[in-house]
Amino acid sequence: MIEMHDIWKTYADGTTALQGVNLVIDRNEFVYVVGPSGAGKSTFMKLIYREEVPTKGQISVNGFNIGKLKHRKIPFVRRNIGVIFQDYRLLPKLTAFENVAFAMEVIETPRRLIRKRTMEVLELVGLKHKAGSLPAQLSGGEQQRIAIARAIVNNPSVIVADEPTGNLDPETSWGIMNLLEEINFRGTTIVMATHNKEIVNTMRKRVIAIENGSIVRDQQRGEYGYEI
Amino acid sequence: MAMRFSTIVRHIREGFKNVGRNGWMTFASMSSISVSLFILGIFMLLALNVNKLADQLDNQVQINVYLQVDTQTQKAEEIERLIKRIPEVKSVTYIPKAEGLQRFRESMGEEGKEALDGYDKENNPLPDAFEVEAFDPQKIGYIAKQIEALNLTDPDKSISKVKYGKDTIEKLFSITNAVRNIGLVIVLGLAVMAMFLISTTIKMTIIARRREISIMKLVGATNSFIRWPFFIEGAIIGFFGSLISATILLVGYSQLVHTTSATIGLYMIQFATVDEVTGMVGGSVMILGTLLGIFGSTISVRRYLRV
Repeated sequence: MIEMHDIWKTYADGTTALQGVNLVIDRNEFVYVVGPSGAGKSTFMKLIYREEVPTKGQISVNGFNIGKLKHRKIPFVRRNIGVIFQDYRLLPKLTAFENVAFAMEVIETPRRLIRKRTMEVLELVGLKHKAGSLPAQLSGGEQQRIAIARAIVNNPSVIVADEPTGNLDPETSWGIMNLLEEINFRGTTIVMATHNKEIVNTMRKRVIAIENGSIVRDQQRGEYGYEI
Repeated sequence: MAMRFSTIVRHIREGFKNVGRNGWMTFASMSSISVSLFILGIFMLLALNVNKLADQLDNQVQINVYLQVDTQTQKAEEIERLIKRIPEVKSVTYIPKAEGLQRFRESMGEEGKEALDGYDKENNPLPDAFEVEAFDPQKIGYIAKQIEALNLTDPDKSISKVKYGKDTIEKLFSITNAVRNIGLVIVLGLAVMAMFLISTTIKMTIIARRREISIMKLVGATNSFIRWPFFIEGAIIGFFGSLISATILLVGYSQLVHTTSATIGLYMIQFATVDEVTGMVGGSVMILGTLLGIFGSTISVRRYLRV
């Protein structure tokens, strides 16, 4: 599903974010990525959804060698990857429904399918009744649910979540985690970066710890924690 | 890949939304398109009418060649042959002195009747003359010189005078050219300015919608899908800006023609008709405006929309 071979990433300003990362994530896995701020977690995530390209090494997602991908092919690879952020990134002037439908519109889904599928995922995240609300009228947890609905609406095979509970209180965070687990259970691979110790230690999934640009621990049913 | 109809509709809708979203900048760039194309239109109208005037005068443009009063008919015929031999000459008409006097009388009308009364066949003071027409009116000065040069090989110097509306014609041509050149420079400058303003407007749209664009990219929108609304926004600005100026130009021009043709008509000068002008000026203003709009947005999309 996701394979990295000797991945190095050095930015234009000279900072080295990743040094020689090797990794295989299988279909339908749920993986936590932990590590201190600035260790290279975000770069690691960005490589997966092709926001960045590695300076050296090979990365493939869904069988596409995305480091060497032609520019005009990127959109089609992205359609298979859902992305969730700490700050939700919803469009403030669109309603919950429109925010989700937007992701289908831009990949030119026929209109009648958009309505049906959007209502379907809004139901899955438990916010069908808030379809007409603007993001500002929703709580943080609800906004993140809408963002998740948007991420899954096009049926991606992978979800990349960069600290999705970073701005949420513990109780709401658990709601989000249950939702992600449900999505994972339905067959979607999930890679999630987090600082939430409680979640990692309770859910007991595979844990990858990154420090100074290298994987220092890769453990099935692992716990939160890194050396420093 | 063919675009869905609903996608085309969406792009157009988005383009219009963008136009509404940054109202003042849209207004500024539409006005600059309007103003520059309005000025372009005025120069086009001027050029059209000067050309039309030139055409009318062209038909009247001729060289009058006067011989010495005592020139013999045989000599006159020889000179006629020589003039005909100049390749640029279209036709030569011989005006014998009797006909010249007759014409002179007619042109003087009542007042001149008395003054010319004393003259008849015997003491006609006028010389024989030729009217020479050219294929290309712009060459008339050159032909006149050629005819004058005939005297060089003629011991009698039979040609006394070569006359043509030198000043009028040369002035007219220099005005036509000046109008064309000055107009071109001004219009080019204004067009660049209009394009710059449009590209700034589109740039602001892009910046205002950066968040939206980044989400579009994340969920896998293709580059052309992202670009289209901006092209359409540019085209809308260009189209409506030029529509405004084309309307003002044509309405204004038809008013001008109606109110002044009565007066000007006396001088036998005809304006280019409104129908003639609509296609030429209106059409090219609209096409140019829309193209400017699209081009302006292309600049911005290329520079600021890294897709």
